[in-house]
Amino acid sequence: MNTKETYTISIYSENNIGLLNRISAIFLKRHINIESFSTSLSEIENVFRFIIVVNMDPDQIKKIILQIEKQVDVIRAFYHTDDETIFQESALYKVKSSSLFEERHIQNVIKKSHANIVTVSPEFFVIEKTGFRNETESLRRDLLEYGLLQFVRSGRISVTKSKMKISEILNTFNKK
Amino acid sequence: MKNNKPIKISGAEAVIRSLLAEGVDLIYGYPGGAIMPIYDELYKFQDSLQHILTRHEQGAAHAAQGFARASGRVGVAIATSGPGATNLVTGIADAQIDSTPMVCITGQVASHLLGSDAFQETDIIGISTPVTKWNYQITKASEIPYILAKAFYIAKSGRPGPVLIDITKDAQFEKINFKYEHCIGIRSYKPVPDLDIDSIKDAAEIINNAKKPMIVWGQGVILGKAEELFKQFIETSGIPAVWTILGLSAIPTSHPLNKGMVGMHGNYGPNILTNECDVLVAVGMRFDDRVTGDLENYAKQAKVIHFEIDPAEINKNVYADVAVLGDCRDSLEKIIPMIKKGSHVSWINRFDSLMEIENEKVIKKDMFPKKEGLTMAESIKAINKYTKGDAIIVTDVGQHQMVTCRYANFIKSKSNITSGGLGTMGFALPAAIGAKMGAPNRQVIAVIGDGGYQMTIQELATIFQNKTAVKIVVLNNDFLGMVRQWQQMFFDKRYASTKMLNPDFVAIAKGYYLDAERVSKRNELDAAVSRMLSSDKPYFLEICVEKEANVFPMIPTGASVSDIRLS
Repeated sequence: MNTKETYTISIYSENNIGLLNRISAIFLKRHINIESFSTSLSEIENVFRFIIVVNMDPDQIKKIILQIEKQVDVIRAFYHTDDETIFQESALYKVKSSSLFEERHIQNVIKKSHANIVTVSPEFFVIEKTGFRNETESLRRDLLEYGLLQFVRSGRISVTKSKMKISEILNTFNKK
Repeated sequence: MKNNKPIKISGAEAVIRSLLAEGVDLIYGYPGGAIMPIYDELYKFQDSLQHILTRHEQGAAHAAQGFARASGRVGVAIATSGPGATNLVTGIADAQIDSTPMVCITGQVASHLLGSDAFQETDIIGISTPVTKWNYQITKASEIPYILAKAFYIAKSGRPGPVLIDITKDAQFEKINFKYEHCIGIRSYKPVPDLDIDSIKDAAEIINNAKKPMIVWGQGVILGKAEELFKQFIETSGIPAVWTILGLSAIPTSHPLNKGMVGMHGNYGPNILTNECDVLVAVGMRFDDRVTGDLENYAKQAKVIHFEIDPAEINKNVYADVAVLGDCRDSLEKIIPMIKKGSHVSWINRFDSLMEIENEKVIKKDMFPKKEGLTMAESIKAINKYTKGDAIIVTDVGQHQMVTCRYANFIKSKSNITSGGLGTMGFALPAAIGAKMGAPNRQVIAVIGDGGYQMTIQELATIFQNKTAVKIVVLNNDFLGMVRQWQQMFFDKRYASTKMLNPDFVAIAKGYYLDAERVSKRNELDAAVSRMLSSDKPYFLEICVEKEANVFPMIPTGASVSDIRLS
């Protein structure tokens, strides 16, 4: 039974500085490694959204969600499997400009990957690629041989296929 | 002055007026640089808000806990920044794990100094985050009224807990228009889950059809002020009920359906029968590992019904066949009319016959020893004799704690105050101060070991200064007894650092101008306890007990509850 799976945790919360600390402590205390973490505004004004990717047992994830929801500043927390979400990651690749002109093959690599060139200068150029982990990863591997100066990948961002109903929860509170 | 009329005052005064608006009339604390503006206001408000100066901030936190546990109100402790704040942390962690409502206010360096490693600056928000229900740093005086209102609301609502509010020094000086409104709700926080009537019906059906049911209750019954309903619930169903250490005193010791304690040093029957019952009804308890032992062999045969206010506790350790979410006062009220009048005579006889075995093998030796040395149990027996069960008993952590909880008699709720979840040595003496102030008309007896006593012994000065009439009983075996017991049983008697060369405790108490005496003979015990309890002043009694006695029954760590040992 206890096979680990990738889960995307979505947390809707108030904007409280200390909350990030509180949430990361929940994982730290249980030795759960966070694969990726991102935070931003949500679709609701003044409500923030954390997206956390973890590898966990199905049993464990339910308990973690309850521990997260227990925090005073958390409105709701959800967890979803990859099938239940639309998710993407962004990556930036900085490459020497000389390779763009000297190595003709690199142009094919870029074209094939459907990446965008963000900026070009005499010394370097920057490529951006948004997609699944395996896509940004394969472009990284392809570019390595042309002298990858810098590489960075964002945390996962995701939306769920099902409705989140946060506005309804907040409305119920306001009616009381 | 009406609270809703705005007036221009300092942030520090706003803190005091907020506390008064919350009905606080007593706080514990220790002054220092970053909290001086608040102390200055305390000086002005001393007629309406009493401040008790403890001798260490840890003492202030534990005193606030003792106050909260004895009175059912929110305890308040204040301290300065840096070491003042970090010294509160043990008490905060204790309050968090034992669900004690407490608000701690700490001073902080001025906001322009934050992050500069200023004198006595510490990140108390970061440090206290894992051990608080909520915390917040105030840098603007305008935040004070609504943040304090929120702090009190969070501390006492739902499953109670500690809240820490850190206030920068400049925010204490800043002037604001003060207007106080109580917090009545927070949109991201649902303190009590909605009752689900279907789960109550399911629970009632299982309970009504049970053949060998057992109820395990915890502190939730006390925190929910549900003692009377709980009594009705067990009396109607006729189900034997057993308690966790924090549930103790919710119903009287002598109640015929009160069958004793579960857990590591609990009673024999309740532990054995946990693995024989067909239905286990848990009310306001959280299946701590000291209660369950090995989870793989805990009540596997039973259907589990879990009455619980905190959704995160459901299925955390023990799977609940039926989870009844909500405040147990509400859910018990709903379920009682659905419960058929029952009696479980032969099942109850099982508890009684196992108690008879425990009595023969353990209790008689503890209570009526044939050996010369005094036992901890007979010290508690002497206390019972004179209190008739009507006293608040505050215990520390260790052998004396287990013995006291096993043998002390109680007739009223909120009478057992102990550090359960965190197991904080040093808790009892300051907590007893708070308990006496929270329940001034009751006899308060602190029972402490010689180890834990010395961890917060400085609070004797607080007792002396405030003439707090607590009775202090130190059960002295010149050992860290519980650790020694484990060393004897599991480490081949290698007594590493558990032997204590102790000072003259009576001389120390007398040094603080307290009445004090020592007994070591059986024929002196009752008279000494009687003298102590009839005094209307603080009183110290050292009872020299047998040095290498062990507490039984015992479930060794990792063993199943049914593998409980009697020797």
